[in-house]
Amino acid sequence: MDLTLKIWRQKGPEDKGGMVTYPISNISGHMSFLEMIDVLNEELINKGDEPVAFDHDCREGICGMCSMYINGEAHGPDRGVTTCQLHMRMFKDGDTIHIEPFRSDSFPVIKDLVVDRSSFERIQQAGGFISVNTSGNTQDANSIPIGKEDADNAMDAATCIGCGACVATCKNSSAMLFVGAKVAQYSLLPQGQVEAKDRVLNMVKQMDLEGFGNCTNTGACEVECPKGISLKNIAIMNTEYLKASI
Amino acid sequence: MSKLDSKVPKGPLADKWTNHKNNIDLVNPANKRNIDIIVVGTGLAGGSAAASLAELGYNVKAFAYQDSPRRAHSIAAQGGINAAKNYQGDGDSNFRLFYDTIKGGDYRSREANVHRLAEVSGNIIDQCVAQGVPFARDYGGLLDNRSFGGVLVSRTFYAKGQTGQQLLLGAYSAMNRQIARGKIAMYNRHEMLDVVKIDGKARGIIARNLETGEIEKHSAHAVVIATGGYGNVYFLSTNAMGSNATAAWKIHKKGAYFANPCYTQIHPTCIPRSGDYQSKLTLMSESLRNDGRIWVPKKMDDVMAIREGKLKPTEIVEEDRDYYLERRYPAFGNLVPRDVASRAAKERCDAGYGVNETGEAVYLDFKSAIDRYGREQALITKGDKNPSDKLILELGEALIKAKYGNLFQMYEKIVDQDPYKTPMMIYPATHYTMGGVWVDYNLQTTVEGLYCIGEANFSDHGANRLGASALMQGLADGYFVLPYTIGNYLAKEIRTGEIPTDGPEFLQAEKEVKEKIDFFIGNKGTRSVDYFHKKLGKIMWEKVGMARNTKGLEEAIAEIKAVREDFWKNVKVPGTKDEFNQELEKAGRVADFLELGELFAKDALLRNESCGGHFREEHITDDGEAKREDKDYAYVAAWEYKGEPSEAILHKEELEFNDVELKTRSYK
Amino acid sequence: MSGFITSSIGKKILMALSGFFLMFFLLQHLIINFMSVISADLFNETSEFMGTNPLVQYLMQPILFFGIIYHLVMGMRLDLQNRKARTSKYVMNKPGENSSWMSRNMIITGITILLFIALHMVDFFFPTIKAHYITHEHLDSFQMVAAKFTNPVYFGIYTLAFIALALHLLHGFQSSFQSVGFNNKKYTPTLKKLGNAYAILIPFGYFVVAAFHYINSL
Repeated sequence: MDLTLKIWRQKGPEDKGGMVTYPISNISGHMSFLEMIDVLNEELINKGDEPVAFDHDCREGICGMCSMYINGEAHGPDRGVTTCQLHMRMFKDGDTIHIEPFRSDSFPVIKDLVVDRSSFERIQQAGGFISVNTSGNTQDANSIPIGKEDADNAMDAATCIGCGACVATCKNSSAMLFVGAKVAQYSLLPQGQVEAKDRVLNMVKQMDLEGFGNCTNTGACEVECPKGISLKNIAIMNTEYLKASI
Repeated sequence: MSKLDSKVPKGPLADKWTNHKNNIDLVNPANKRNIDIIVVGTGLAGGSAAASLAELGYNVKAFAYQDSPRRAHSIAAQGGINAAKNYQGDGDSNFRLFYDTIKGGDYRSREANVHRLAEVSGNIIDQCVAQGVPFARDYGGLLDNRSFGGVLVSRTFYAKGQTGQQLLLGAYSAMNRQIARGKIAMYNRHEMLDVVKIDGKARGIIARNLETGEIEKHSAHAVVIATGGYGNVYFLSTNAMGSNATAAWKIHKKGAYFANPCYTQIHPTCIPRSGDYQSKLTLMSESLRNDGRIWVPKKMDDVMAIREGKLKPTEIVEEDRDYYLERRYPAFGNLVPRDVASRAAKERCDAGYGVNETGEAVYLDFKSAIDRYGREQALITKGDKNPSDKLILELGEALIKAKYGNLFQMYEKIVDQDPYKTPMMIYPATHYTMGGVWVDYNLQTTVEGLYCIGEANFSDHGANRLGASALMQGLADGYFVLPYTIGNYLAKEIRTGEIPTDGPEFLQAEKEVKEKIDFFIGNKGTRSVDYFHKKLGKIMWEKVGMARNTKGLEEAIAEIKAVREDFWKNVKVPGTKDEFNQELEKAGRVADFLELGELFAKDALLRNESCGGHFREEHITDDGEAKREDKDYAYVAAWEYKGEPSEAILHKEELEFNDVELKTRSYK
Repeated sequence: MSGFITSSIGKKILMALSGFFLMFFLLQHLIINFMSVISADLFNETSEFMGTNPLVQYLMQPILFFGIIYHLVMGMRLDLQNRKARTSKYVMNKPGENSSWMSRNMIITGITILLFIALHMVDFFFPTIKAHYITHEHLDSFQMVAAKFTNPVYFGIYTLAFIALALHLLHGFQSSFQSVGFNNKKYTPTLKKLGNAYAILIPFGYFVVAAFHYINSL
C-alpha cells in the first residue's frame, strides 16, 4: 500500500520542531509499524537526508522503549500493543498517518520522536523498592505464603513496562497509572508493608515535583496502556496515600 | 603461549565454592568507600551486580545504552528461572541441577562453575521474593513450579510469561535504592566504546553520551562487563535491536580472550520471517511444545498447493502429514531439546517441505490438544462421555486459551491468523550465545581487574543452554558470585587511591575512539549501515547457522572479510557526531560484528565435531544425529586477538570431568 | 497533613469529598423542590424552616458555601495546572477514542453550572436572605418560584443548566469513588450504573419541577 506520513521532526531539545510530510510506497500489511519507519529511514539515508530518530529496542512489546503517538493515540489505533507490535494491516492504502512523540512537559523531546523519560526513573528512585540487601541468607522464599489472588494482582500491576503511554495520552499528562502500578504491586505483597507509608509519600512527592498533571479519572490511560494496567491501581495508591497521611 | 589458569579451587566439587569463599581476601568497609567499580550493562547480571556491589559499599558507576536499566533485553525472557529448591519434592537437588546443566551443555562447560551455579540457585529465589518479585503461587500461597525441556523435575519458577521482566525489575529496584543513596551513579543512554588499561590492569572506560555525542572518560579500580550476547551478528535474532557485542569485542581487542564463539543457540519456535524488511524475530515460548505437534505435509504437491494458497493446512488429512519429530524421536517427541528440534525443522525445509512463501516454516498444530482437552473437560465439567464436536471445540479452546492465551494473541497480532483455527507457523531463530569472553572461576577475564558476567561470558552453559538457565546464571553471577570474587582482587587495590583520567592511557584511548567516530561521519560512502549488517547476517545464517561444514565455513570467512572491507570503504553515516545519532551508534556496533563474525566462523571451522548448538555436517552418527569428539575437543577454545580475526591465536583450556561421566545425548 | 492538602492525590481526594457533599446537597434540594409540585403550603413551610432554622442557617449553609467554593476554585486551579503539564500540544489528537466527553470537559460543564448558580442565587437566594434578614417581610416561596417559571427563556436556561449538571455528574459520581480509593471488582460495575442513574434522574427531577411550574403558567 501507499501512504502519506506526517512526522514530527525536531533537531534537538532547543529546536522548535514541526511536522514534515513523507510519501511512502509498497508497504506490506505484514510489516510492523517500526519496520515501516525502517524502510523510510533507509530511503532517507540513500537520498542523503537524515533518518527519523525514534526509540525502540526489543521490538516485541516488553522493553517499553518505543513511544510514538500515531494518528492521535499513544502506540496507535490498536489496543493492548506497543508501537513495535502495531502492524501496518491496521491501515489502508492511501491513508495519511500522523506520527508525533509522546508529549508532556515532563518528557522533553531529545530529537524527533525520542523523548527523555528520566522523570520516571527519579520517581522509582524515590521509593520504588523494598530495602533488602543481597546476602544469600534472607529467609526462605516459601516462608511467607501469599494468597494466589494477591500474588496475581501484584503481578498484574508489575507488568507495567514504563513506556509512558499513560502520560502521553492523559489530557492532564498525569503519571498516576505508572506510579499507582508500582505502589499497588508492593502494597499487595507482605514484603512491601514495612516501608509502605514512606514509599507512597515519597513517590507521590517526587511525581508532583516532576510536574506531571493531576488525575481526573478520565480512564484514557487504562485504554491506551499496552499492558492493560487497571485504574484499580490508582485507587489503591489513593487509599495508600490517604492511610499514610492520616 | 600463556597457559590459561581457570583458578578452580582444589577439593571436592561440592566444597569448592564454600572453601573458596572462606579463603579469599576481603575488603574492609572503610576501604570499600574509596574503591570505584564500573559496571557496563544493566540487565540481570549487570543490574544485580551493580546493586550488590553498591550495597557492600563500593562506589559503582553503571552504564546502559537504553534510557533506563529496566529496558535491558533480559526483560524479554519469558519462561522462567531454574532453582534446585525441591519444593515439589520430586527428587531435585543441587547435584541434579548441576548434572542436567552439564549434560544439556553437551559436556563443554566447566564443572566447578556449573556446580557453584546450582549451589546458589536457591538463594536467587529467596532474594527475589524478598525484593517483591511476584512469582506465580498456588492456592496455598506457596511458590509454583513448571517443567522445562531436557530435565525430569519441576524446578522452574515463573511469573506468567514475563519472568525475565519481573526479575529485571527486582534488580532494577535494588539499583534504584542505591542510586537514591548515591552509591550508584547511573549513566543511561551511554555506550562504552573502549576499555582503558594501565600497567596491564583495567582502569576505566571511554563512553559516548548517546544524547549529546560527548566522549567521556571514566576511571575505576575494576571494570565489569555485563553486556549480553552477540546473537545480532546474524542480523535477525530474538535479541533486541540494540543488543551488541561492542563492549565484549573492545575488551577482546585489549587482551581479553574470547571463548567458543561458535556456540550459539538457535531456538526452534519463533515466528517465521515474512519479508526482506524483517527487522527482528519473535520467540514463541518453548512451553508451546508441551501441547503443540510439529509437522509438514508428506506430499510435495500439498506443499506447493499451500504456498500458492490453494490448500489450507486443515484440509490435509492425518495420513498426509509428517510429524517428523515424533517420527524421528519417539521417546521425547515434540519435546526434544532446542538444538535437536531446530535442526530437524531445517532438515525438512531444506528438503523443500517448508510451508510458507519463503519455504522456511513448519506447522505447530494444537488441533489434537484442543480435541483431547475438550473431551477431558466435557467429562470433568459436564460428565459428558459423548460430547458433540462443538462442545469439544469450545471447551478445548477455552483450556488452551487459559494456558497460552497471551502467546496466541501475540501470534495473531503479528501473523494475522487465528492459531485456534489454523496451525501456527514457526521456524528456528538465533536466540542466545553460549560463547563469550573467557573468564576464570572468579569471573575475571585474562586482563587483571576486568570481569565479565552473564551471557557476555562463556562459562556455564557449554555448547547448549537449557531453558530457564540464562536468568539463573545472570543473577547468580551478579548477586552471589562476583560480589565475593571481585573482593579478592580489590583487596590489593586499597592503597591505589583515586585514578586520574588525564593520564596518557586515557588520552590515547579517547583519541582512538574519537578518530573512529570522525571516520564514520566523514566517510563519503554510499550504503547504509543496515545494508552491511544484513549482508553479514545472511552469510552467518546460511553458512555458520544451524548446520555447518568445512566448505561453507571457509567461504564464510572469506565473504565476511570482503563485506568488512567493503564496509570500511562504503559505509555512509548521516548526521553529526555531536548529537543523538542512531546511525553512528549502529555503525560502531556493526564494525565489531564484522570482526566477531569472522572469528566465529574460524572457531566453528576449528571445532571439528558436533556438540550442542554447534553442528558440523561431517560429524554425524549413522542416523544423522550430532556426534561429539571428546578425545580431541573436550576443551574451551579461547582466542587471543592479534590484529585481524584470521590471525587470532588459540589457547586451550582442557575441561576436566571428575564428577560426571561423558555420555552421548539420546532422545530417541 | 499540610503535605496532603497540597499534594496531587490530596487535592484529588478533597475534590471527591466536596463532590460527595454537593451530590448529597443536590438530593436534599431536589426533595424540597418536589414539595412545590405536591403542595404549595408544604413547600412554603419547608422553605420557611430552612430559611430560619439556626442549624441550617449558621452551620449547614456555611459548610455548603465552603464546599461549593472549594470545589469550584480547586477545580479551576487544577485545570490550569493540568494544562501547564503539556505546553506543546499534539498536532493530531483523538481523545474520543479512549475517554468520554464528560470526563474530559468537567471544566466546561462545571463553569456552566457555576454561572447557573450565580443566576440562581440572584433569583432565589438573595431575595430570600433579603426577606429574612433585612426587610423581615413574609415571603411566599411558592409564588416566587412559580412566577419565575412563567418566562420561557428562564425555563430554557434552567433546562440547559440541568443538562450540564447531568453531564457533570455522569463523570463526577463514579470519579469521586475512584478518587477516594473505592474500586472493587464486585461493586464498582453496580456503582457505575447507580451513578449513571443518579446523574440522569436528579437533573431530570429538577427539570420536572421547572416544567411543572412552566406548564402551570400556560
